[in-house]
Amino acid sequence: MAEKEKSFVDRLWDFFASVKLAIVLFSLIALTSIIGTVIEQNASPEKNIIVLKRLVGENLAPTVYRILDILGFMDMYHSWWFVTLLVLFAMNLIICSLERLPRIWNLIKEPVKPLNPERIPAFPIRKEIVIRHSPETVREALVQSVKQLGFKPMNSPLEDGGYQLYAQKGNWSRLGVYITHLSIIMIMIGAVIGIFFGFNGFLNLPEGYTSDVAYSRKDSKPHPLGFSIRCDDFDVEFYGMSDMPKDYRSWLTVFKDGKEVMKKMIEVNSPLKFEGYTFYQSSYGMLSTGRGFFIFKVKGPGGKTETITKIMGESFIIPGTNIKGTIKKFSPALAISQDGKTYTYAQMMNNPAVYIEFTENGKPKYSGWILKRYPQTWRLPDGSIVQFIDYWGVQYTGLQVRKDPGVWIVYLGCVVMAIGLYMAFFMSHKRIWLIASKAKEGTLIRILATANKNRAGFERKVETLVSNLNREV
Amino acid sequence: MDSSTLFGIATIGYILAMVTYIVYIAFRNKTIGIIASTITIVSFIAHTGAFFMRWYEGYIMGLRSLWHPPISNLYESIIFFVWCLILGYIIIEIKYTNRSFGAFVTPIAGLALAFIEMTGMSKEIEPLVPALQSNWLLAHVTMSFISYALFGLSFATALMYLIEKTEKKTEPAYIFWSFSLGILIVLLIAMTMDYLEFHVAATTSENIKNYLFKATFKSANSVVAITSWIGSFIIIGMVWAFGHHLKRLIGALNVTPELLDELTYKTVAIGFPIFTLGGLIFGAIWADQAWGVYWSWDPKETWSLITWFVYAFFLHARLMRGWRGKRAAIVSVIGFVAVVFTYLGVNLLLSGLHSYGSLS
Repeated sequence: MAEKEKSFVDRLWDFFASVKLAIVLFSLIALTSIIGTVIEQNASPEKNIIVLKRLVGENLAPTVYRILDILGFMDMYHSWWFVTLLVLFAMNLIICSLERLPRIWNLIKEPVKPLNPERIPAFPIRKEIVIRHSPETVREALVQSVKQLGFKPMNSPLEDGGYQLYAQKGNWSRLGVYITHLSIIMIMIGAVIGIFFGFNGFLNLPEGYTSDVAYSRKDSKPHPLGFSIRCDDFDVEFYGMSDMPKDYRSWLTVFKDGKEVMKKMIEVNSPLKFEGYTFYQSSYGMLSTGRGFFIFKVKGPGGKTETITKIMGESFIIPGTNIKGTIKKFSPALAISQDGKTYTYAQMMNNPAVYIEFTENGKPKYSGWILKRYPQTWRLPDGSIVQFIDYWGVQYTGLQVRKDPGVWIVYLGCVVMAIGLYMAFFMSHKRIWLIASKAKEGTLIRILATANKNRAGFERKVETLVSNLNREV
Repeated sequence: MDSSTLFGIATIGYILAMVTYIVYIAFRNKTIGIIASTITIVSFIAHTGAFFMRWYEGYIMGLRSLWHPPISNLYESIIFFVWCLILGYIIIEIKYTNRSFGAFVTPIAGLALAFIEMTGMSKEIEPLVPALQSNWLLAHVTMSFISYALFGLSFATALMYLIEKTEKKTEPAYIFWSFSLGILIVLLIAMTMDYLEFHVAATTSENIKNYLFKATFKSANSVVAITSWIGSFIIIGMVWAFGHHLKRLIGALNVTPELLDELTYKTVAIGFPIFTLGGLIFGAIWADQAWGVYWSWDPKETWSLITWFVYAFFLHARLMRGWRGKRAAIVSVIGFVAVVFTYLGVNLLLSGLHSYGSLS
């Protein structure tokens, strides 16, 4: 009868407070998500029509595609209905928790009380032992054994001269579930803030160039950063002599109001952060119109070392000699074929090499390729060393640029979730009572205990307590 | 001796253990049980040795630092999954002094190891590409596989529970478990046939990399392929028709349904927080550090979220709505299917449709 008088708001509340709804939403979100893993999201229509042709056949594919497209499946995780599911999920989570929290709060705050020894309710864990000593002599041993289980027991005397020890612990662990729920809401809030107030973009920055904008991933429009960033150098490190990349590195400098404020080498997994923007190493490439600077460290036979920077076609003198080197050719990735011919095998700087002609007093002396990754090519026949340090200014570093004011809430949510899950799954609310009353033979000890989780584990501990008491007293 | 020799010994050991556990279940001979346990433990020790040896080999070869244990590609991660699974199983066997789970857990290990052989995936120690050089990734992979192993154990106990608790062949729960077990058996047989045809008999001289189901469902000979499909339906049908005998076998092993139900719950209750933290959260943090995006709804991420929802479903249905027994066990079986799909299906099936992360 009372059911009928419920207002609309009450009924709405009940709807959202039900665990049934939660279970239905879990299933709906999980099942619909599957479709988005089969259909490639935000892909070109041709790609997904090919996928659909394999699944439903040549004839049906275009129709199925059109239906799925109208329903938003081509970008389903941002479609109105999937977002609605997520909103329902969030509301369900909040209202479910609010509905149950007061009751749980009372359970947490409720102090543990001594039992009436005459009318002991049925407890899931109950043991009895008789000890041939008076209650007073065993008191200390009993207190110690309860303390060993991690309880701080309270004491209440019984009428017959006996007493009762009682304690609880882990009552706060009952909040674990709600802390976990809260953390999910926090992560969702953080994500929403990121979507509305964040920026997701990229910046391809050639060596030596400075930029005060990044470009949006959505529409490639420039987005002013409020400071400028320069790429000083970019470099790929390889494993040994292989072409397996070991590390991508960019040396970046940040300028604010014309002043240098930050210098950092970034790698994959180690970005640069400045004023809310984060710069990630995400790609790299060669400039098609690149004209860069060759940097050498040249050591003459006399032992004097000089660092030399030249462009293509320029010459330099090896210190302490009359030998002049002229830069003739460059290859980003030099290889030697079986018949001894050299060729370039890649467009990236996998194995940079420079061809230098050396002359002495105008007469040709020697010439050949000097490779950055092969020190044995640096040594000239006369003992001089021409170390090829870099061909600078021809590569660009590809930076992922992101500003996400919500990310710290997401991270905080993650920490809260870890705490909540630990409390919810690995801790339990335990209560224990030890009633020591006078008996003919000495003392009758009744042990009663409960745990809201892992009762079997707690029961084993209580059993150990009993056997210890039997042994010691 | 190098790590691959030791891995080989462990692989053969686990497959032997699987056969021995099944024989033990059939004859309930205590000696056979002890032999099965001994084989498992010896193989596990060899496996552990191989794991550390491979770790050291990667370091000696200069491909990885000492901070990077060998869990960074498909091969190494499957091996690690098997290691966690067997460790979890040994703990349960000792704690509950009961060997009968072995016959259900070791086939999962056997399937995983057979999968490595059949697909011909690379077993080389590969240098770590820059994105993989992350401690977050390390924590992510380690914890993911610990949770996968726990979910695997839960799958085994749930299946045993269903076998013990179902009465009628028309009952949905009976049909469900007999189909699941039937498919498991079909997969095992198909992989064994692949192994026999391509490794033992070596009928083709071609250098095929991926043998998976080439001897059966994917055979070039269409008669063989069709026969395989018919054969698998017959096998599944037979499991359905004669499944009640299994019930008697398990019933005689003094594993109570209550214990199985408790184990199914406990393994999920430990696995779920580890999966949430390691699988989802650490994975997101790693992606954020490496690419600047903590969540991008890519199929791998989405499937791990689907898995998470299935187990969240399990826990809420059980703890809040009092789902026990058969219904909970069915959800647990589905959960592990989602785990396997997250891990292998995304790479195997979806990569056939799209372009990312294939086996080679």
